[in-house]
Amino acid sequence: MSLLELDGVKVHFPIKKGLLFDRTVGHVYAVDGVSLKVEAGETYGLVGESGCGKTTLGRSVLRLVDITEGSVVLDGTDLAKLPGEEMRRFRRRLQMVFQDPLGSLNPRQNIESILSEGMIAHGIGKDQEERREKIKAILDKVGLPSNALARYPHEFSGGQRQRIGIARALVLEPDVIICDEPVSALDVSVQAQVINLLEELQEELGLTYVVIAHDLAVVRHISDTIGVMYLGSLVEEAPSDALYAEPKHPYTKALMSAVPVPDPEVEDKRERILLTGDLPSPANPPTGCRFHTRCPWAQAERCATERPQLRDVGGGHRVACHYAEDIASGKLTLTKGEVVSATREGVDDNPETDTPAKIPAQAEKISKAEKPAKTEKPAEAEKSAQAEKPVKAEKAEKAEKAEKPVKAEKAEKPAKAEGAEKPAEAEKAAEAAEGEKSVEAGKPAQAEKPAEADDAPAEAEASDAPAEAEASDAPEASEEPGKAV
Amino acid sequence: MSLLTVDELTVTFGGRGRKESRAVDGISFEVDQGQVVGLVGESGCGKSVTSLALMGLLPAKGLTIGGRAEFDGTDLFTMSPSARRDLRGSEMAMIFQDPLSSLNPVVPIGVQVTEILERHRGMKGEAARKEAAHLLDRVGIPDPTRRLKEYPHQLSGGMRQRALIAMAVACAPRLLIADEPTTALDVTIQAQILELLKELVDQEGTALLMITHDLGVVAGLCDQVNVLYAGKVVESAGRRELFAHPTHPYAHGLLGSIPRLDAPRGEPLNPIRGSINDRIAWADGCAFAPRCDRYEMGCLTGTPELGEPRAAGHQVRCVNPVLDDAKAEEVPA
Repeated sequence: MSLLELDGVKVHFPIKKGLLFDRTVGHVYAVDGVSLKVEAGETYGLVGESGCGKTTLGRSVLRLVDITEGSVVLDGTDLAKLPGEEMRRFRRRLQMVFQDPLGSLNPRQNIESILSEGMIAHGIGKDQEERREKIKAILDKVGLPSNALARYPHEFSGGQRQRIGIARALVLEPDVIICDEPVSALDVSVQAQVINLLEELQEELGLTYVVIAHDLAVVRHISDTIGVMYLGSLVEEAPSDALYAEPKHPYTKALMSAVPVPDPEVEDKRERILLTGDLPSPANPPTGCRFHTRCPWAQAERCATERPQLRDVGGGHRVACHYAEDIASGKLTLTKGEVVSATREGVDDNPETDTPAKIPAQAEKISKAEKPAKTEKPAEAEKSAQAEKPVKAEKAEKAEKAEKPVKAEKAEKPAKAEGAEKPAEAEKAAEAAEGEKSVEAGKPAQAEKPAEADDAPAEAEASDAPAEAEASDAPEASEEPGKAV
Repeated sequence: MSLLTVDELTVTFGGRGRKESRAVDGISFEVDQGQVVGLVGESGCGKSVTSLALMGLLPAKGLTIGGRAEFDGTDLFTMSPSARRDLRGSEMAMIFQDPLSSLNPVVPIGVQVTEILERHRGMKGEAARKEAAHLLDRVGIPDPTRRLKEYPHQLSGGMRQRALIAMAVACAPRLLIADEPTTALDVTIQAQILELLKELVDQEGTALLMITHDLGVVAGLCDQVNVLYAGKVVESAGRRELFAHPTHPYAHGLLGSIPRLDAPRGEPLNPIRGSINDRIAWADGCAFAPRCDRYEMGCLTGTPELGEPRAAGHQVRCVNPVLDDAKAEEVPA
């Protein structure tokens, strides 16, 4: 039996209109049927973009918003049906840490007053003396000095304010703490302090967390189980590592690919799935699968008509997609959206070329290298159908590379300037090439992009074979878009 | 000769009886055509003030700007205000962080875009409207002619940012300053905007000054990265060099404190202790010393200088830098 169980929770906000009488003209389907279980001592992470209903779901657990339908069961008690006063008493066991640390602390109350308010409401501690002792102990736990008691929120930094918010939740000794974007308002160096604090407290006090955040990296770092939300419902739920290792829902795939990794080595190899368009309005959600309007793998049948339910695909991995298996096995291909490299193509990765000693030599090289480079690009931008030229260019390129791998890359820049003369055509050509791309073929297709040959010189240093393969691919690719144009 | 050369830029607020506060304390960097240079730092490090100073958008009173900034050979700070206005928006343009508060809420998008075309390119009427629609189309806004008549609140966050980018690139500027262009956006939208900026730089050869707090954004985009702390550049390096060998304890600490999506779980983060408020004036020593694990007495004897390049284009302002062996222990294989 799980500590916290949500079953089919729905929160619908009515949209009112009318001057004298409020007529309900529709609903915002903020949360639309979410079922999940949180085990004691575990951290459940809820991720999703703004407007997906993750905050509303968190607030509905505490009944800070009314639940339209469904049940929230904490330790055997259905909170959705509790009358007001009982619910209020129950909230001692269920606390929340809010996103904005300054906005959620009363600026006119000092820290002692803020922290003892909840204790008084729940009858903890005989007198203020006893409460003060307890507060001091908690402040110490969250890493604040005990002289903080008489101070006011504005006297603290953002990280310290968030610690006060955590302390306020902790003084009531709750079972479950719901953290709504606990670190998103903080700077990275301070963010790490608060994340570590949350983890330490969990270990020490055996807390259960529901962490709501938009930052996948943060959620993955602290959660045992992650639920991904999109437009009011869960689209995927899995243990943290399984979700990262193999995201099964198209939305999760796109979301994870969009998170930049602070490491150029990783970024160079990564690809981003670009979704088309924006989040639809939750007041008027799409029929069928909520994600089908933006899904890169959306199919003509089922997706638009039948709403997929969360189903177990093994190992506690639940996913709400009709075609999760087919996408995973590579049977389906991209129908819209595109896959792009996470790194900018023209990025200069050879700082050696900047050293003054080499600059004269380089200038000379550029003028030399310009010719072959030129013939390569226009072959794609213009409609020059000469099959010979690319081949020549390839040879010349290779010769260049063999000589000075670094310089050849520099030579790409003038070539780009050339290409920029006809950006529209170049773009079309690139699109045409991408249109042919399929998911499985995503990686090889990447190598086909002529510009990808940029990377070849770098690899040429390591081994000849891959560089050759890539270089020979490039002219081929430049032919195809040429035809397409 | 670089397109933009910033030399020892300082911005000091206050004065006239009030306590002075130096937001930017001697920043130097260069941006070249087709290059992306990143300014990375946490809030309060002076990155936004730097961009506003370069664009000439800081108030004229209540602060002093020192140092030099040359755009294509002309000094920006001695230029006449009218020459500056001609430059701003046409030759150099800026993308702001918050697209909703940077757009006028009571003026349709179309008017806001054509305004720039009228001012800088002398276009009028139908021609300007056509060009505006073309610009919106170019930055990926669907159905541009209809959108021209709409107000900012009718657009989604990502689309507002696109409209702002369309306004910035309306006159094909040679320098684009992007101040946290994706911070207010969701990650999937961020990916779209980053892709758009990449295209601009690669296809048009626009120079881009990228100001951000997100080291992940920098990793895939920038040629040269400057890490700022308390108004000074503490480390400057090429992107590969910086991420492979972060040498200043602050840069090293920043990388250690970011939870990474691809890192194995269960490893605690290594945060930097304290907060940006715990700093000393650069005049007294290293501003980062109170938070630094590698602090030694030498850190408090005057301002540390940006040292000799450790590798090509890699400079560090530290007397006791983190050497490679220390980093080797922490990097997961």
